[in-house]
Amino acid sequence: MTPQSQFMVLARVAPGRERDLRELLTTMNSAAPGMADPANTVLPFGQFERLHFARLAVLDDPSIGDIEAYDVPRPDLPIYLALIGSCDGPADECIADLARRADAGLRRIFAHCEGFDAHGDLAAWMREHRRPIAANYIDWVGRTVRQVKEESALARALAAKVPRAPLESGAQAQRLRRELIEFVDLEVSAGRLGLTPHDPTPLRWKLAKLVHLFAVPLVGLALAPFLIVLSPLLVYCLRTREKNDPEVCPPPDPAALLELQQLEDHDVSNQYTAIGSVKPGLFRRWLVTGLLVLIDYAARHVFTRGFLARVQTIHFAFWAFLDDKRRLVFTSNYDGGHEAYMDDFINKAAWGLNLSFSHGVGWPRTRWLVARGARIENRFKNYQRRHQLPTEVWYKAYPGLTLADLKRNQRIREGLEPAHVTDAEAEAWLRLL
Amino acid sequence: MSAVPTQGRPVELDDVQGLVRSGYGGLTACFLLLRVKDPAAARAWLARAPVTSAVRTDRLHEQALHVAFTSEGLRALGVAPDVCAEFSAEFVAGMASDPARARRLGDVGASDPGGWRWGTGARTPHVAVLLYAGPGRLAAWEREVEAQCAAGFERIERLSTSATQGPEPFGFADGISQPKIDWERERPVGDHDRLDYDNLVCLGEFLLGYPNEYGLYTPRPLLASQRDPDGLLPRAEDAPERADLGRNGCYLVMRQLHQDVHGFWRALDRQAGGDADRRERLAAAMVGRKKDGDPLVAPGAANDFTYQSDPRGLRCPLGAHIRRSNPRNADLPPGGRGLLSRLWRMLGFNAAALEQDLVASTRFHRLLRRGRKYGDVAAAVRSAAAHPSGAEVGLHFICLAANIKRQFEFVQSAWLVGSKFAGLAGERDPLVGHRLPDAGGFPTDGFSMPQAAGPDCRLSGLPQFVTVQGGAYFFLPGIRALRYLATAR
Repeated sequence: MTPQSQFMVLARVAPGRERDLRELLTTMNSAAPGMADPANTVLPFGQFERLHFARLAVLDDPSIGDIEAYDVPRPDLPIYLALIGSCDGPADECIADLARRADAGLRRIFAHCEGFDAHGDLAAWMREHRRPIAANYIDWVGRTVRQVKEESALARALAAKVPRAPLESGAQAQRLRRELIEFVDLEVSAGRLGLTPHDPTPLRWKLAKLVHLFAVPLVGLALAPFLIVLSPLLVYCLRTREKNDPEVCPPPDPAALLELQQLEDHDVSNQYTAIGSVKPGLFRRWLVTGLLVLIDYAARHVFTRGFLARVQTIHFAFWAFLDDKRRLVFTSNYDGGHEAYMDDFINKAAWGLNLSFSHGVGWPRTRWLVARGARIENRFKNYQRRHQLPTEVWYKAYPGLTLADLKRNQRIREGLEPAHVTDAEAEAWLRLL
Repeated sequence: MSAVPTQGRPVELDDVQGLVRSGYGGLTACFLLLRVKDPAAARAWLARAPVTSAVRTDRLHEQALHVAFTSEGLRALGVAPDVCAEFSAEFVAGMASDPARARRLGDVGASDPGGWRWGTGARTPHVAVLLYAGPGRLAAWEREVEAQCAAGFERIERLSTSATQGPEPFGFADGISQPKIDWERERPVGDHDRLDYDNLVCLGEFLLGYPNEYGLYTPRPLLASQRDPDGLLPRAEDAPERADLGRNGCYLVMRQLHQDVHGFWRALDRQAGGDADRRERLAAAMVGRKKDGDPLVAPGAANDFTYQSDPRGLRCPLGAHIRRSNPRNADLPPGGRGLLSRLWRMLGFNAAALEQDLVASTRFHRLLRRGRKYGDVAAAVRSAAAHPSGAEVGLHFICLAANIKRQFEFVQSAWLVGSKFAGLAGERDPLVGHRLPDAGGFPTDGFSMPQAAGPDCRLSGLPQFVTVQGGAYFFLPGIRALRYLATAR
């Protein structure tokens, strides 16, 4: 199994260069606004066969002044360019690959950033500018781009081949399955289909995961006595803040909203990039740090098989701190339209939104960290649009496919393997086609 | 959107336009789409227009009149821009506002707003006047109303409708599934998960000024009391010091949907290889009901059923029109009622429940339909596949909702036009969907019917049967709000 990684290369946009940069980014897109041309000459994403998703976004936070509602002066924080990717294998390898094969284009992009040495070592510069990800979610750990594409082709071939008359018996289902497996074998040997075997899981990755599995609870255990002793104070801190933190969720500016919507619904999946300031004070800073450690833990050890609690439509997502934890950036790649994405979260996992985002300046008022907040539908919807940034360039390696497709195709592939199945299993497999 | 009082005031039925309470099944109708010619004269008519309230009287069975405004119409009448801006963003922008909305709504290809008969540019209505009258009386009623409003308005379109009796143009009984509105305000207001699908829906989902299914008041224009010195408007329940311009009003979505009846039956005939029985079965599977309206999943149940007993779609395909437009599910996928069982499902650990959880919480996405069919429907139904009747037939789709985005636009985009509804692939709504391929070239002109044994039976190459020919978002104000809009500066 090849594990997936995500990375964010972040650099300050040089003063006065933002407009040129945006213009350059626009040239990377196809006819549809915001949708990367996979073969664009600046950074031809389509050539990188291990890249699931990628995006380039200028992080210019329009909500930066919201913190004044907390009696904190408007901070002077930089505008960043973020290059974000979700890939198979270690992120550093992917970055090195990008630097090697898209050297000229990446130099053109980063030439708009502060401190970029046009003649220096590009890969090293990008590695230096990688920012840590605080919490990392991957829908299905181990599913590679190659696998997605091969399994999609497999599913299409089988769907076209399978006879669709009702089956008379289990024996007929078994026979049909065997015939289809023979068909697949022939197609594979003729080179029309590929079913590349999975690579072995890297030992280092397995070990790191194991260490993490135990280390986080151990640290938690060590901290537990202090937290228990301090719990009355912590509860007091939380509740007073929850009751008093100002909400900042006016309706989004119509022009800004339209700019975001113009980038959406060109595919069955969409992108989301958002930024916001963490509420002032040590309490929120430590709380959000701790909760993101827990979310990352859950995403790494529990939610690795196609669902994040009840939500089954997020391919990749992450949370990352900026500017010494004064700000947080969140990105996701999700299936369906924006409104459906938000309704899904409000109706299925508002508690999860509250846990991770209620530490952001202006979030609708929560109760006990999980209640209310995002359930205050309209304020939440205003809030999330207010903090969303246009994703100037977005790339998806498998247009037209959702996670439901990926999962079904994967089960079709897996169903080819066993030599013997029950009649019911054979029928269930045929139904996937 | 503040906390909800446990006891709300009773609904002021005399302030609600009667269309919210009744579709006037026994009356014939026509819809006049008007533009403001002389604002002063227009306002003068609106100030005394004989709008029908929701208080039931005998007069209601003779004739009725309803008035709704587009945002452009409000501006043309001289309503203050800051008041206009407080309506929902979708209403302010309008149905044909931009390509992004068109993409969401599936108004692409043959349904592109560029080709609409009305609803864009100078053919954007300002006001819709909906007229209803008993048999033989509509023409006189229409003449009377037109004479009244001629000074203020010019007519850009007259949408005639056909008799309500009989099936819709494809030949199916229509209008069976409707939410039951909680007029008595008995449904508990608050924010908790509902474990069962219920057809009873909070008043605030359909009327502004009342709590919705989240237990919240949907945003609408609330005015400082000095803007309503004469106290024309009701005060807001959630902000008693403010005048509630939305209360007892709602949004009205209107779309002219042209139906290609001959194309529909010819395509099914081809799919069925000329077998008339099979053709009928395919059509019923696409609709989710038989022609007489009987739901496939629960014969005899009319509107009182769910799909819980048919998770795979063996009796009613997952992609059937009525299953897409109203999936009838609860907030949590089916399972035990105990706290632990619910928690387990909430965290996504129940794999069987997750399989059925791609679509959930139907109660936030209900539509109150008030549409009317148009054209020589009877002739179209009779000729069906045999020959083109030559008649222009279709549906003047109308629905009422408090939140255009969460109700109409959501159902239209995520459930009807969406090619991945409930984990399906390669198909949009079999009746109303367009057929343009998805990104990556994946076709969406199919329709799948699960079978008890074997792979899904699958149709492919379906043409588009329904084309949008016009549309607009309107605000159907409460009657006091209507008078206010006619007088306020």
